[in-house]
Amino acid sequence: MIEGFDLPAVWFVLLGLLLAGYAVLDGFDLGVGILHFFAKDDRERRIFLNAIGPIWDGNEVWLVVFGGALFAAFPMAYATLFSGLYLVFMLVLFALIFRAVSIDFRSKIHSPRWRSFWDFGFFFASFIATFLFGVGIGNMMIGVPLDDRGVFIGRFLDLLNPYALLVGALTLAMFAMHGAIYLFLKTPPGRLLVRLRSMMWHTWGIFLVLYLLTTIYTLMRIPRAVANFEHLPWAGGIVVLSVFLIANIPRSIYRRRYFIAFFSSSFMITSLVSLFGIALWPNLVTASNNPAFSLTVYDAASSEATLKTMLIFVLVGMPFVLTYTGIVYWTFRGKVEVPEEGY
Amino acid sequence: MDLDVVLLSRLQFAFTVMFHYLFPPLTIGMGIVLVYLEGMYLRTREPIYETAAKFWTSIFAVNFAVGVASGIVMEFEFGTNWAVYSRFVGDVFGSALAAEGIFAFFLESGFLAVLVFGWDKVSPGFHFFSTVMVALGGIFSSIWIIVANSWQQTPAGHRIVPVLRNGKPWIVNGVAMMRAETADLWSVVFNPSTVNRLTHTLIGAFILGAFFIMSISAWYILKGRHLDFARRSFTGALLLAVLSSVAQLLSGHFNARMVARYQPAKLAAFEGHFQTGPADLHLTGIPNPEERRVDYSIAIPKGLSLLAKHDPSAPVIGLDRFRPEDWPPVRLSFLSYHIMVALGIYLIVLTLFASWLRMRGSLFDKRWLMWVFVFSVVAPFAANQLGWVAAEVGRQPWTVHPRVVTDAQGEPVLDEAGFVQYVLNEGLRTSAAISEAVRGEQVLASVVMFGLIYGVLFLVWVFVLHQKIQRGPEPVTPGAHTTREGFLRAAEDRVLHEGSLTELKEEGREESND
Ligand code: HDD
Ligand code: HEM
Ligand code: HEM
Repeated sequence: MIEGFDLPAVWFVLLGLLLAGYAVLDGFDLGVGILHFFAKDDRERRIFLNAIGPIWDGNEVWLVVFGGALFAAFPMAYATLFSGLYLVFMLVLFALIFRAVSIDFRSKIHSPRWRSFWDFGFFFASFIATFLFGVGIGNMMIGVPLDDRGVFIGRFLDLLNPYALLVGALTLAMFAMHGAIYLFLKTPPGRLLVRLRSMMWHTWGIFLVLYLLTTIYTLMRIPRAVANFEHLPWAGGIVVLSVFLIANIPRSIYRRRYFIAFFSSSFMITSLVSLFGIALWPNLVTASNNPAFSLTVYDAASSEATLKTMLIFVLVGMPFVLTYTGIVYWTFRGKVEVPEEGY
Repeated sequence: MDLDVVLLSRLQFAFTVMFHYLFPPLTIGMGIVLVYLEGMYLRTREPIYETAAKFWTSIFAVNFAVGVASGIVMEFEFGTNWAVYSRFVGDVFGSALAAEGIFAFFLESGFLAVLVFGWDKVSPGFHFFSTVMVALGGIFSSIWIIVANSWQQTPAGHRIVPVLRNGKPWIVNGVAMMRAETADLWSVVFNPSTVNRLTHTLIGAFILGAFFIMSISAWYILKGRHLDFARRSFTGALLLAVLSSVAQLLSGHFNARMVARYQPAKLAAFEGHFQTGPADLHLTGIPNPEERRVDYSIAIPKGLSLLAKHDPSAPVIGLDRFRPEDWPPVRLSFLSYHIMVALGIYLIVLTLFASWLRMRGSLFDKRWLMWVFVFSVVAPFAANQLGWVAAEVGRQPWTVHPRVVTDAQGEPVLDEAGFVQYVLNEGLRTSAAISEAVRGEQVLASVVMFGLIYGVLFLVWVFVLHQKIQRGPEPVTPGAHTTREGFLRAAEDRVLHEGSLTELKEEGREESND
């Protein structure tokens, strides 16, 4: 380790940050897509779409960069994960493309059937992508069968196990709640705003139930997920923080501090991603059949020199990225405007 | 059922990357034109430039959106379908891909939002700045991706080392797993083919961008619509096209010399050159690898020796110096390469002729020529695709092409059997590069899926473009708001429209046109 820097560990954290960035940002626009199903009329649907119009594409870049960074920093894990979860990721990609097509296509022909087809497509693609992300995370928590070269040897259907499905559902509820708060911030006063208030409450309630279920399941069935808590005392702090943040969401909604609710939800997602990282550490891919076959951060990493170069890339590049992401969000701040009656 | 995973994975990769590559060269090429138009508007404040910038931006956005949607797939496909390859090259190749994300994609998609949705949210100066950033982003992204691809064509700056597990070599079945690691970043970035291929690719993009704009403009000229706008757009694009087309010939020449030096088997396949010795340049023909000759050939004697070595009697290595299992597919390489070159020459002739007419002032009266331009956009599309097919198919059977063993003069060293020698442990065969975890049925499923979704995506693209072109640019003239139509437009402009990337404030107008 050069100059006392544990570069693979640094990269593990950086990838966590990229993942969290993706989950927070694309999380709300996927959530908007899920809630789109509950929009009542065309005007509402357009508010939903306009709320994410200029930014959803930039949000997806976080996923792309996460993929590239995983490839560069931990090629062994990149290869194992994406080939192992082949159909899951192919379906995610399919959903993401379909989602983009739906957003761009819905308004192009003026037939109600046409529109409702793409509206449903937008909802369904957002739903599937979110759910499958959750399924992927769930499988990484419990581990997948690997051989001694780090190659996945399981079957596709094994990936749809109860725990993974539960995490999939949790992710759906989490993004829906996150999306509801975001939409609330973007929606002009009116009937929709009132309904969004109740959507925020409902999604929060569902999320809370699933969160508790997942926690209990994890504590009971996945002992290695909590092993790290014994020697990382600060990790307990993150659990407390996440609980506090979850509780702060309804509190802020109740007190009409919606921005605070949104920030709580964002940091709550970040804290859950950190807990996921702590549960994994030091593995990137856990072998469920034989712990010796797990790909640890150190087995999977690129050379020190490459990790260092990449770190320089990130240190140079990310300040720019954050600056212009900030500029873009600032440019498109405020409530969306939509003509009073639809057309 | 026993499906061939290698074949299916290759098909899928070729299909997805070729689909993706319809769009980036278009956006890279058009990006330059947008910068020019907005810059001119800021300088002269002539409304026609603003009209043009707005119109071409809205077209640009459509192309961009499809490019992005199809690009995300590429980022993950190395891991899903080429896992062994990813393990072998990740240390070198992954960095370039990650750099592309950090330095290019954020830049592009961030500022694209300002470009498309920001016309009346930001100042003209800042809008221009955003346009420059998006154009730059496109170029940055081509730089990194070409670096990655060039490295796998002509690897340099790396070393092959054992993979470690728990600090010790990772042994599987008695064999240590090996991989490429970056030894010298600058040699990786500036490997022997990067600069040549980057220049060639960018010029290819400029040609396509220019022809795309000329195609639409020529159509307006034929229909007698938006004449002033169309003529100006056409003239600007023609200038870019003629310069780029001529430059492309030169750049292609350097590319071919580079290939002759570093990938002699590929060059021999490009040229259907079976027998080592002074080489002819086939202008036409279909290679016949079984008989080791080129059928239907019209050739310039000694032409290839002259071009590749600058000496008509210099011997050029032929396919006879390679083991049959190391031959690239000769027919496909030859045909794709030759058609690309033929198209390149067609573009030069066409643009030179049109420029000459333009200088004499009679270009826009030649209706037949305008029709030729409407359809000629197909040529650069095809040349860009075929160039990649030639480059990638010619690289076979390698995914990572091994270095050729050379002597002090840079000439290949032959082994006892008379074959060109490779540094074998540096290469990776395509057949060995696939994912072991993935089964044939799964790849078949994803191939079908991509076929369907890209079919739909392609239809969206054609359909939306068609609509936008039908509708045409929206004139921004100071007096327009006094006419009834202008008033309606102004009113509609205040309506905020559907929030999609391909929309540029025109939802309302779509209504009145249908
Ligand atoms: C508008 C597009 C276009 C046009 C008009 C041409 N090319 Fe090209 N060509 C490409 C677009 C392209 C490309 C897509 O950009 C490629 C693929 C890989 C690369 O580096 O450039 C390419 C590859 C490529 C290669 C292979 C490089 C390799 O294997 O690494 C050669 C030798 C040439 N070209 C030569 C030519 C010649 C002699 C042309 C004559 C005019 C020509 N190209 C026109
Ligand atoms: C197989 C190799 C390739 C991969 C893995 C790849 C990956 C990607 C990805 C993930 C995106 C979407 C980024 C976003 O969300 O904004 C994208 C878009 C883009 N890519 Fe590719 N790409 C490949 C080939 C190429 C080539 C050869 C070029 C140029 C020479 C190129 C230039 C671009 C550009 C300019 C964009 C922005 C979208 C557009 O302008 O259409 N890509 N690519
Ligand atoms: C964007 C334009 C490109 C086109 C049209 C293109 C075309 C193709 C085609 C036709 C094949 C199949 C060749 C065969 O197996 O016979 C292929 C394979 C492949 N290409 Fe490219 N390619 C492009 C760019 C790239 C880039 C930029 C990269 C890397 C950054 C890349 C990496 C590969 C890999 C890994 C394979 C699969 C393994 C192999 O068959 O060699 N390609 N490509």
